[in-house]
Amino acid sequence: MTAEIRGRRQWPLPKQADPSAPLLKVENLQTHFQLGRGWVKAVDGVSFGLDDGEALGLVGESGCGKTTTALSLVRLLPSNGKIRGGSVELFGIDLVPKTDRQLDRYRWREISIVFQGAMNALNPVVQVRRQIAEPVQYRLNQSESASLKRADELLDMVGIPSRRLGAYPHELSGGMRQRAMIAMALACDPAIVIGDEPTTALDAMVQAQILVLLEQLRRDLGLSLILITHDLSVVAETCDRVLVMYAGRVAEEGPVSRVFTEPRHPYTRKLLGAFPNIRSDRRTLETIPGEPPDLVNPPAGCRFAPRCAQAMPVCSGTPPPEVSFDDGVRVACHLFGTTA
Amino acid sequence: MSARYLGQRLLQAIVTIAAIVLLNFLLFRLMPGSPERILLRNPNLSQQVVEATRARWGLDKPLIPDQLVSYIGSTLEGDLGYSFKFRGQPVTSVIADRVGPTLLLVGLGELISAIVGIAIGAYAGWRRGGLVDRVGSGVSLVLYSMPYFVIGMPLIVIFAAGLGWFPTSGMTSVGGGDRPFPDNIIDLARHLALPLATVSLGLIGQYSILMRSSIIETRSEDYITTARAKGLRDGRVLRAHAFPNAMLPMVTLIAINLGYVIGGAITAEIVFSWPGLGTLTVTALQARDYPVLQGIFLLVAVSVVVANLAADIIYGMLDPRVRR
Repeated sequence: MTAEIRGRRQWPLPKQADPSAPLLKVENLQTHFQLGRGWVKAVDGVSFGLDDGEALGLVGESGCGKTTTALSLVRLLPSNGKIRGGSVELFGIDLVPKTDRQLDRYRWREISIVFQGAMNALNPVVQVRRQIAEPVQYRLNQSESASLKRADELLDMVGIPSRRLGAYPHELSGGMRQRAMIAMALACDPAIVIGDEPTTALDAMVQAQILVLLEQLRRDLGLSLILITHDLSVVAETCDRVLVMYAGRVAEEGPVSRVFTEPRHPYTRKLLGAFPNIRSDRRTLETIPGEPPDLVNPPAGCRFAPRCAQAMPVCSGTPPPEVSFDDGVRVACHLFGTTA
Repeated sequence: MSARYLGQRLLQAIVTIAAIVLLNFLLFRLMPGSPERILLRNPNLSQQVVEATRARWGLDKPLIPDQLVSYIGSTLEGDLGYSFKFRGQPVTSVIADRVGPTLLLVGLGELISAIVGIAIGAYAGWRRGGLVDRVGSGVSLVLYSMPYFVIGMPLIVIFAAGLGWFPTSGMTSVGGGDRPFPDNIIDLARHLALPLATVSLGLIGQYSILMRSSIIETRSEDYITTARAKGLRDGRVLRAHAFPNAMLPMVTLIAINLGYVIGGAITAEIVFSWPGLGTLTVTALQARDYPVLQGIFLLVAVSVVVANLAADIIYGMLDPRVRR
C-alpha cells in the first residue's frame, strides 16, 4: 500500500527521505506561545503517526491545541509561538531543526493546508486561478502558462465551471471558494493535506458536498489527510483514525470505528455525549461542566481531572501514562493505568 | 471597471464642482469692500461715475440670478476676470504663470516621496522592530510632524548660507533662464534642490508612516499565512500578496494630497521665495486681490475633485471588489 501510493507521486521525494520510513511521525511535540505572564503550553507532548492514504481526525474543544498541532508540522506559527521540544518526522526527516528557508521545501509541496475561511485565506486582489498557479510556478518552477493550465485542470477537478476561471475570490460563493482552496492545496501534489475546519463556515448542504469531494479526491489521489474539526460526524464519515485532544495533550487515539463505539477516556465519552444525534431523544444531550484549564499553569496531574466525574486522588497528582490496547486504541487515563 | 462605476464617479465630480463654483461665487460677494471702490480708489469719486461703473460691470443687477448666471457663463468660457494687483492682467494668465513652478516643485516632490516613502514604510512594516523600522519610523515621525518651514530653514542655513552649495531662494539666477541649453537647466536644478528636498522630506515622513501601518495590518491577514504556507520566499509574499493590498489606502492618500498640493505647499514656497501658486496666494491675500484669490480657490478645489476622481479610478483598477 505504502509503495503503491508513493509510486503515484508526480514529483520526487526530498533528497534525504527514507523510503521505508513512515509518512509522518510526530513525537512528544511541544509548541508553546510566549505571553507576558509565561509560556502557554498549547501543545504539550503530543505524539501521533500518519500513514500513506490515511485520514486522521483531530478533535477536541476550541483551544485544545488541534490547529496549533497541525500548524506546527510546517511551523506556521505566530511570531510568539515556538516548538520547544519533540520531533516531526516526514519520510524520516525531522522538520523541527530545519531553518525557515529549508522548511520552505516541505511547505505546500509535501504538506498543504485547506484553511477555514476561504474568503480570508484567499488574496482578495488576485484571481483565484493565479493563486492556485502560484505554488506550481514558484515552487515547482513550471512556466507561467503551464502553471495556469494546471490551475485550470485543478479547478475543473474540484467542480468549478470553466466560465468562472477568471474569478476573484469575492465573486465566488462560499462553497466555490472552499473548492478553490482545496484545488490550491492539491496544486503541488502534496503527500499530506491538512484540513483546518474546512467546512465550518459553510451551510449543511455545501458542507456535505465539500466532504464528498475531499473523500473522493483522497481515494483518487491517494492523499493522506489530517482533518481538524469540532464536528464528530465529519470524522465518523471521513476518517480512518481519530485523535482526541484535551488541553494540549492526547486524551485518546485509535480507529474511528473503535473510539466512537467504545470510548474509553471519560473526556471522549463526554465529547460524544455532548454531540447531538439526529436520531436520538434531544434530552440526552449532555454538557461538560467547567472549562479547560489555564495552559500557562496547567494542573500537575491529568488535565481533565478538575472536570472529570470519575476523578480519583491519583488523577490530580500524576499525569496519566498512555496505555495501548489490542484494538489499536491508546488512552491517557488513570482508569486504565495498570491494565493492558 | 464598469461603465456604471465610472459614470457614477464622474457625475459625483461634476456635481461637486458645480457646488464649488456656487460657493466660490457667494463667498467672495460676502467679503467686505466693493470692487469699484478698490479699482477706482479715489475718495472724491462722484456718485455718477460709480453708478456708471457698476452698470458697466453688471453690479447693479441682483446677485441672483443675473450676476450668478454671468459669473458661471464667463467661468465656463475660461474668463476669471482681471487682477486688482497686477493691473490689467487677466486672472487666468496671472495664475497660469505660477502653475508651472508649483507643478514642477510639488509634482516632483510627490513622485519622489511616494516612491521613497512607500519603499521605506513597506520595508519597515514588513520587518517590524528591525533596524530600518526603528530608525526609519523615528525619523519619519519627526519629519511628518514638522511644518515645511521648520524643515526648510535648517536646509537653507546649512546648505545655502553655510556651505553655499545651493542658492537661498528664487527659481532662477538673474538671467539664468536665458542661458544656453544645459546651463539653464542646471541653474533651475540648483534652485529647485532645497525646496524639493523640503517638500519631499515632509511627504516621505507621512507616506512611510502610513505605508508602514498599512503593511503591518495586511501582514496579519489570513492570506499572508496562506502565502507562507505555500513556502513562497519572503520577498515574494511581500511583493505579490502584502504590497498590493497595503497599497490600496495609499492610492487614495497620494491622489488626494496631489489635489491639495496644487494649491502650493504655501510655506515651502514662501521660505524659498518659489514663484508658484503658494506665494501668489499670499501676495493676493495681502493685496485683497479677490479675483485672483477666487481663481486660485477654484483651481485648488477643482484639482482636489479631479484628484479624487483619479483616486477612485485607480482604486477601481487595483481592487477587483469595487469594479462592479
